[in-house]
Amino acid sequence: MSNGKVIAQLENITKDFDGVQILKPTNLSIYEGEFLTFLGPSGCGKTTTLRIIAGLETPTEGTVKLEGRDVTNLPPYKRNVNTVFQNYALFPNMNVFDNVAFGLVEKRLGKAEIREKVDAMLQLVQLGKMGKRKPNQLSGGQKQRVAIARALANDPKLLLLDEPLGALDLKLRKQMQLELKTLQKNLGITFVYVTHDQEEALTMSDRIIVMNNGRFEQIGTPREIYEHPQNKFVANFIGESNIFEASVVSETGAKGTLTLMMENGHVLAEGEGFKYDEIVYLCLRPENIEISTVSREGFTLKGFVRDHVYVGNIVKTVVELPNGKTVQVNRNPHGELITPGMLVNLFWDPKDAVVMHTREDYVYDAIEFAVLGK
Amino acid sequence: MSERSKIHRQGVWPIVFMLLVYLFLYMPILVVVVYSFNRNASNMTFQGFTLRWYSEVLHGSNLWANLFLSLKLALVATIISVVLGTLATIGTYRYEFRLKKYLNAMLYIPLVIPELVIGLASLAAFSRMGMKMGFGTLVFAHVTFCLPFVIITLRARIADFDRSLEEAAMDLGANEWRTLRRVTLPILAPGILAGAFMSITLSIDDVIISYFVSGADQLTFPIKIYGMVRGKISTQVYVISSILIFAVVLIWPAGMVIRAGHRRRHPE
Amino acid sequence: MKKRSLNPNFLRILVMVGPSALWLLLFLAVPLVYVVVMSFCTRGLYGGIQYQLSFASYRSIFSSLYLKVTWKSLLMAFETCVICLLISYPFSWFLSRVPKRHHGILMLLVILPFWVSALLRLNGWSNILRDSGIVNTLLIKTGIIKKPITMMYTDGAVLFGMVYCMVPFMILPLHTSISKLDHSLIEAAMDLGANRFRTFIRVILPATLPGIFAGTIQVFIPSLGAFFVADVMGGGNSVYLGNLIQNQFLVARNWPLGAAFSVLLIVFTLVMLRLYTRIGSLDDLA
Repeated sequence: MSNGKVIAQLENITKDFDGVQILKPTNLSIYEGEFLTFLGPSGCGKTTTLRIIAGLETPTEGTVKLEGRDVTNLPPYKRNVNTVFQNYALFPNMNVFDNVAFGLVEKRLGKAEIREKVDAMLQLVQLGKMGKRKPNQLSGGQKQRVAIARALANDPKLLLLDEPLGALDLKLRKQMQLELKTLQKNLGITFVYVTHDQEEALTMSDRIIVMNNGRFEQIGTPREIYEHPQNKFVANFIGESNIFEASVVSETGAKGTLTLMMENGHVLAEGEGFKYDEIVYLCLRPENIEISTVSREGFTLKGFVRDHVYVGNIVKTVVELPNGKTVQVNRNPHGELITPGMLVNLFWDPKDAVVMHTREDYVYDAIEFAVLGK
Repeated sequence: MSERSKIHRQGVWPIVFMLLVYLFLYMPILVVVVYSFNRNASNMTFQGFTLRWYSEVLHGSNLWANLFLSLKLALVATIISVVLGTLATIGTYRYEFRLKKYLNAMLYIPLVIPELVIGLASLAAFSRMGMKMGFGTLVFAHVTFCLPFVIITLRARIADFDRSLEEAAMDLGANEWRTLRRVTLPILAPGILAGAFMSITLSIDDVIISYFVSGADQLTFPIKIYGMVRGKISTQVYVISSILIFAVVLIWPAGMVIRAGHRRRHPE
Repeated sequence: MKKRSLNPNFLRILVMVGPSALWLLLFLAVPLVYVVVMSFCTRGLYGGIQYQLSFASYRSIFSSLYLKVTWKSLLMAFETCVICLLISYPFSWFLSRVPKRHHGILMLLVILPFWVSALLRLNGWSNILRDSGIVNTLLIKTGIIKKPITMMYTDGAVLFGMVYCMVPFMILPLHTSISKLDHSLIEAAMDLGANRFRTFIRVILPATLPGIFAGTIQVFIPSLGAFFVADVMGGGNSVYLGNLIQNQFLVARNWPLGAAFSVLLIVFTLVMLRLYTRIGSLDDLA
């Protein structure tokens, strides 16, 4: 994807509200035809970033470029970018047809042309016969489709979607996720999507930007983000994770395989660029941890089984380490009989373990918080 | 019967009470209508049915001029109030500025200060500015007390207005003026109409302020009546007011029928 | 110190808010300030004013005659409020129990009488209540009484007329307040063991207090100035503050005294508002 044509750029963008910087200096290139998702908890600055691209907010500093042109101070109606709003923002005084035609009327297109285009759009979102309905006569899913058709009718270079599925129920949301993805593939338009739902992001995106506290924590494909989180926040936010603190004891064996010392034993993991004695975070997905009564070479981590539940096709096991910390394991233990109270060994394929530097600024943040109370 | 269901039980008394209040409000209007058909010119007692006064009024009466002045005044004052008030409401809703709270304070003055004070203050100030009392001064004073009602009625509506609708319009290529015309104003229309209705109603009924600022040859309908109150109120006044009532009673159901028809074609 | 920069939307604000602000400044704020100035001036020889500092007007206000009138007016305004409340509260309460789709039309029916001049409606009452009016005629004809009961041209008649004119202004804010009331609160109160009276005192009344006060202000203040009610219903027998000011201004042409009385009314208003803003928000007034 990164070798595609750049369609939009954010250069050193920041945003202050009432003297609080809610968007830290941000740089980003958006490529033609990609499905890019901003993912993060509420208040992380993802919607603000989207609104800056749309022109609904002016950045405090920095430049926004669309197709190489500086549009930082252009109002939204002079940008070839359209938005699907979180609450749909359908005009209640207009029927579905007029809603979809809104932007085309502003472009002063002819009546016949507008009709043709709107009908095509309504066909596209499968609302062909709904043109005469008023927004308050539509279901949530239908409103959603109208909002998408309305934005797409203007042939935007970039379609911005602000939590568009947030108000729908789970089943409809799943269905719309697939439809949106198909739509995007068929049209070849760049989608910039904002959501706080990690599953949604992982399902739909080509690239995900994980945001927290106004900064980008990680940019990558869903696979990269899931399998190689770069820091503790991403590891925690995406999927279930077991995160341990450990120190690097030695580099042993094959290149990149580290021996790590944890509070309750030593373990193996792969990683590059770690120093001897460095304190690191070790992140493991529950489905990658194995438990067995038999020990594995290189691992001395043991714990007691606290809980062992069959949930459909997987088995969820909770293991308590001697220091009281619990470990979540979602893996079928090779036919071995596991019962609560049993002492088991924990181990994994070193390739599946993710080792992360403890980000120093977190430490500084913590110190600052402790000392200054701010 | 449990306490819970008791509060939902509706006896006949609430309806009787409400009807009595409406009777209280409409009783004198009924008298006005009945007396407009009174054969007795003195208006003291009802002595039989006649249409004499109606034919008299329809063949020409000086009072029409006063009524039309009142209607014209209400219309002009309302149009000015609605235009100024709508702009100001949207402006104060959209933007933050330092003098906002002073503007708000000024808006509440006509709501809380006796009309009498506003009337005499206007008279004194207008004469000081060298203005002659007449239609102009009436318009100035009426807008001054109608404008706050328009703004406050509209402000209650705009509080529910979804800001993202304006953003959506701009996002779809409408500039600020087009957004106002195609989205903001149509959505606020019910509130604007409510404010306009309030404004017309208050202006038409106003006695106190008009009393101070109307010129000798430009009397509104209520002021003309006020001039007769101590002596005898001409039956023509009853007739003209009755005609106004008949107009409202006839136009209103017609409007309801049209609205009902509209609703049937576009069900909610 | 923070730099005072020009608002980026200055031009838009000027165009949208400017006209209304200018209008209110010119036709409302300036005249009111002028009234205050006038009240400290000397009366001109042939009406009007002379710009000469004087407290004569304020001294006259506190003469025993005027104090009596002021007291009488305040009392009547108070009585008007109480009676209006006693009519409007149950009315608005029952109205809130009617299906919501009828509220619009029922409230419209409360406002609609304004389309017939208040003077004429009061005159209608006068036709009903006077010695030779409908009520007395009926009572005499049916033989219940021999001599007509005098109802018109008394202080009671003025109070009656005042209540009649002001009731809609009490109903409007009360309706807003009561229809906003969350009925699950009442059910919760009863569920927690409060009887109907206790529920009213502890839940309903506090929740609708803003409406009650908004209505009180909208009735109390105008009834201090509505001179025409006393003219029609009192027949010139009763003089209230409103009549006094009107007379001083337009008949006796003593503008400074009229202005001083106006300042007195403004002070009453401010006192009321001071009490009010402790309880509700000004926005409930609409």
